[in-house]
Formats: sequence, C-alpha cells, structure tokens
Amino acid sequence: MTEVRPIISCRNLSKIYRMGDQEVRALDGVDLDIHAGEFVAIMGPSGSGKSSLMNLIGALDRPTSGEMWINGRALSEMSRDELADLRNETLGFVFQQFNLLARQDAFQNVRLPLRYARKDVGDIDARAKECLELVGLGTRMDHRPMQLSGGQQQRVAIARALSNRPRILLADEPTGALDTKTTDEIMHLMQDLNRQGITVVVITHENEVAGYASRQIHFRDGRIESDSANPDLERATEPRQAAGGRT
Amino acid sequence: MKVGVATSSATEALFSNPMRSLLTMLGIIIGVASVMVMMSIGEGAKAQIEAQISSVGANVLNLQPGNMNRGGRNQGGGSGRPFAESDVVGIGELPFVVAATGVLSQQANAVSEEANWVTNIQGGDAGFFEVNNWRVSEGREFTVQEVQGGAAVAVLGKTAAANLFPGGRAIGERIRVNSVPIEIIGILESKGQSGGGGMGMDRDDTMIAPLSMVRNRITGGNRWVSRHVSRIQLLVQDGYDVMQAQEEVTALMRERRKITPGDSDNFAVVNFADMIKQRAAAAETMSMLLAFTAAVSLIVGGVGVMNIMLVSVTERTREIGLRMAIGARGGDILLQFLFEAIALCTLGGLIGMALGWGGVFAYAQIANAPMMVSPVIIATALGAAASVGVIFGFFPARRAAQLDPIQALRHD
Ligand SMILES: Nc1ncnc2c1ncn2[C@@H]1O[C@H](COP(=O)(O)OP(=O)(O)OP(=O)(O)O)[C@@H](O)[C@H]1O
Ligand SMILES: [Mg+2]
Repeated sequence: MTEVRPIISCRNLSKIYRMGDQEVRALDGVDLDIHAGEFVAIMGPSGSGKSSLMNLIGALDRPTSGEMWINGRALSEMSRDELADLRNETLGFVFQQFNLLARQDAFQNVRLPLRYARKDVGDIDARAKECLELVGLGTRMDHRPMQLSGGQQQRVAIARALSNRPRILLADEPTGALDTKTTDEIMHLMQDLNRQGITVVVITHENEVAGYASRQIHFRDGRIESDSANPDLERATEPRQAAGGRT
Repeated sequence: MKVGVATSSATEALFSNPMRSLLTMLGIIIGVASVMVMMSIGEGAKAQIEAQISSVGANVLNLQPGNMNRGGRNQGGGSGRPFAESDVVGIGELPFVVAATGVLSQQANAVSEEANWVTNIQGGDAGFFEVNNWRVSEGREFTVQEVQGGAAVAVLGKTAAANLFPGGRAIGERIRVNSVPIEIIGILESKGQSGGGGMGMDRDDTMIAPLSMVRNRITGGNRWVSRHVSRIQLLVQDGYDVMQAQEEVTALMRERRKITPGDSDNFAVVNFADMIKQRAAAAETMSMLLAFTAAVSLIVGGVGVMNIMLVSVTERTREIGLRMAIGARGGDILLQFLFEAIALCTLGGLIGMALGWGGVFAYAQIANAPMMVSPVIIATALGAAASVGVIFGFFPARRAAQLDPIQALRHD
C-alpha cells in the first residue's frame, strides 16, 4: 500500500440537470474511490452519466449534492481560482474532440498550461518539447492542428495534458474519433504513462480500450452498476493490483 | 494573473482577422484623428493669438474718431472729426502714459530704382516704435528732431523692403512715394500675419515715416483740424490698470473735444489686447466644443469595440472553456480580452494619430495657419484611445472571465 487515502474520492455524488420542469438525474448518489496509480476505465451506455462524473472529477463542474475530494482536498471548499489551479497543477484533461487551439502550433498548444502555471515550472519551452517527444511528435512541433492527423492531434492533446506533470490524467472518449490502429497507439501511450505513476481515468465505449485498464467501472442511469478489476489485463501491474482490485 | 500569456493571446487574436480588426478600429481611428486635429487647431489658434497679444502689447490703447461702442466690432472707424497733434501731446502728459503717438496712414505707391510696390505708409511720432513694439533689425528709427523737421526718411517693414529692394540693400537708398523722394533709414523686425485663419494682413508690408512729413507731403491736411492725426496710440505704464487708463483717457478727450456731459463720445478708446483676448476665449470655447465632438466619436468607436469584443467572446467561448480547463483563472481570461480591446484601441489610436497628423498638416497648408502637434496632444489622443479600450473592453472581458468552464467547453 502506497497511500491510504484515495487520490479521488466521491461520496453520494449527484448531478441533476433541470430543463424547465424536467429533471435529469445524470448522477444519482455515486460513491467512488480511485487510488493513486490506478488505471480506471469508465464504461456504460450513452447518457448513463460518465461525462457528468468526469467533469466533476475534473473540477470543471460542481455537483448538485454530495462531496468529492481530490488529493485530499474537498472541492466544495475551493474557490474558482483554487479550482483553476487544481486543474492546472494536478489534473490533465484529454477530450474526444482534442480541443487544440487552431491558430497555434503543436509546441504552443503544449506550452499553454505551463504559461498559466503559478508555481515555478522551470524552463517552459524545454518541458513542452520534452512532452512532445514523449508522445512521439518531436519532429512535428511547428505543425498546426490542421496539419496533423487525428491521432497526432490527440497526442498533442495528451502532451498538453502532461506538460504540467499532473498526478491524474482524465480522458473522455479520447479515442472516439480515431481508428483502431491509432486507438491502440494512444492507449499504449496511456498505459506507459500509468506505469510511470500517473493515475489514469478514461471513459470509453469500446471494450478494446477498456482492456488497457486495470479496473473497469460500468455506469447505468447515473449509478455504478459494476466495479471490478480487469480479469484479462495482459502484463498486469502488480504493485497497484491490490489497490485496483477492491470493490 | 499571467500577463505574458494574456498579451500574446490578445495580439494573436488581433492579427488573426486583420480586416475585422481594422473595421472595428475605424471608430477609434476617426475619433483619435479628430481629437488630434481639433486640439491642434485649437492650440495653433491659441498660440497665434498669444503671439498677437505679445506683438501688440497688452497695455496699448488706440483712439479713433467716430462713435463706436467700446471694443465694438467696427474698428474701420475714422469717420468723424480727426484728432490734433495737441491731443497727442495732451495724452502724452498723462502720468501713466509711457509713450504716445499720432498716426496718419494711407495706401501709397512706392517706387524704388528696382521696383514698384503699393504699401501702407504710416506716419507716426518718434514714440510710434515703442508703442507698437516695433524694433528695427537694420539701420535705425527716426528721431524726434526728424519728426519735428519733417524729414523725408522712412523705415520699411520686411515685406515692403523685400519687394522694393529685391536685390537686398535698402538702407541709404531712396524711394519715391507720390513723387516725394524718401530715404530709407531702417528695416523693421518681422511681425508676421495679423488675425487668424490666414485672413489677416501681412503686418510687415508697411512703411513708417515721420508724421509731419506724411501729412505735409503725402496725405495732405484736414479741412477742419490743422495738424490733424487720424488715430492716437498710447502705451500705458506697466502695472497700471488699463481699464482705469482707458477711463482717464476718455475723460481727457471728452474735455478736449468739448463734449457736454450726457452727450455720447465722438471717439473711441480701444484696447486691442482685450479684443484679442476675447477672441482667444471664443477660440478656446470653439476648440473645446470640437474636442467634445471628437470625444463623442471616440465613445461611438468604443461602443463598436465593445460590440465586436462581445461577438469575439461568444465566438471563442470554447477556446475560453479550454483555457479554463487547463488552468487559466478568471483573471487570466479577463486580462486576455482586456488586452485585446486595449491593443485594438491603441493600434486604432496610432493609425488615427498618423491620419490626424496628416489632417493637421493639410489644414495648416490650406488655411495657412500654424499647426501645433504637441506631446500633450499626442499623449491625450493615445491615452484617450487606450482608456476607451479599458472602459469598453472591460464588460466583454468580465463576461468572458465569468463563464462557467464546463458550459464554455460544451458551447459550439
Ligand atoms: N448540460 C446538460 N443539460 C441537461 N442535461 C444534460 C446536460 N449534460 C448532460 N445531460 C444529461 O445528463 C445525462 C448524462 O449525460 P452524460 O453526458 O454524463 O452521459 P454520458 O454517459 O457521458 O453519455 P455519452 O456516452 O453519450 O457521452 C444525459 O441524460 C444527458 O442528457
Ligand atoms: Mg459522454
């Protein structure tokens, strides 16, 4: 056991969207702990609340009720600026639609979180370069998103998410817009990052993708339907198995 | 707040759509250009008027025959019984009068060996130079003796000298005015134009000669008044109240001209400096008014900038969401859009300034008026543009900063 305390913790988490007199319970009393170093896949049918959960974990949204802790800090007690700093320093986001700035090249996109960093991050340019090399795009630094393939764009987005050395990488259907081969490449990259100690949470519809995770959580109607270790995981990551295997 | 990322993002946005930026700036460009033109014209007029005051002298009084309201418009005067030389002497004896001179003037054709030139010949006493703040740059003034003796000498203004003696040497030469031979003994320092807007007369186009000589040999005498003068000018002692002097001179002249109490004056005492000051005040009001108009166009330009910034915030909502998702604080976003508005306005201000400068230059050429582009004007114009950016950029920037991260990200 490396850490007693989970890095992500949710208690009785609910998210209710109100549209007129209609009420949508996107999340309905979710309890969830994710420990440092886990690789979690979140699955479930469309509309089951996966993205809603991810946005809460990512400190992008606030729950209707319930409480959550990231790194031991209760998000409900944090100000807007503190949440921004949390996103900047602790969390890394990867979106299905990449969300790169079209007018900036790969290097500038990767650099952006570092430029918003409030703590000293050292040589920003060197770090951005390092991250792009890590995702295998060292030779494409001056390409704009338009000049890159989908897989390459997603790798730029991953490099951007990594640039601030986050403890948690959150990815909402990162391979949803990619073909099978590219999906494999991206997921291998995530697995590598996880082996280096980053906690990874990924939403996916594909069993292929979920197969890379050490733990699989299924959602249905805003609730956790099942939560189990991945039985088929090739080359299991032993030290974290204990943490990941609990129910 | 991270200033670096805000400024670079702002400038990038500015140049990513140059045409739109330019159109947005148009109001600011026009506003700043007009602020500049208006202020320059105002300053120019003010400087010109100040120059006039200093060249006329603040404490010179002019007496003209004829019934006029004090400080009235019509100074063409000269109707009515002229003054006499004895009046000049009488005024000269008042304790606060430093110098006084009678004046007789007439347009006359002057002929030199080299050229013909119609100019204004002014007969004056020896005090004429002091009263009118004229100084000779070459040669000398005429003396009291020369005035008494009716010597045929004259001092030329720069313009008259240049036209009568294109070759240059004038002093010691002779000219003829109405076939009277006159020796040139001095050249006056330049005084330039009088009156604003290029419509004034060239005050250097003149010739000054002893009064008695001018009366006897050029203008001729007056039927009613012997040894007449058509105007009297006097210089009031420094520090003496000019209004008070004006009243005392009026009282003296009423007595000398035997005006019964209750009858109105048949002469006028005019203080030119006062009139010029009044004009200066009018010019100031005018330029304030114009500056106000320019300010209004700046505000209209600012509203245009605000409008486009609001559009820009809406268009870039996803980008804002993304920036927030990777750790930008509200303040960072605020600064980014505020900088964008300020940059837009300042750039517009610079372009407007270049345009305004051209406008001022063109105005100076056409109207032949002095142009004044002082650092104060430049600072005011640029400062105004930047302030418009701050004021009208703040609302859209705050709107961007207050966006909810997740809603901004979902925006399409
Ligand atoms: N902004 C919103 N306003 C109203 N309802 C919303 C909003 N976002 C999500 N919902 C609703 O909440 C429920 C859960 O949505 P969520 O996006 O979390 O599902 P999901 O599991 O991510 O689905 P998918 O697999 O299609 O991405 C859905 O019924 C959805 O319609
Ligand atoms: Mg989703």
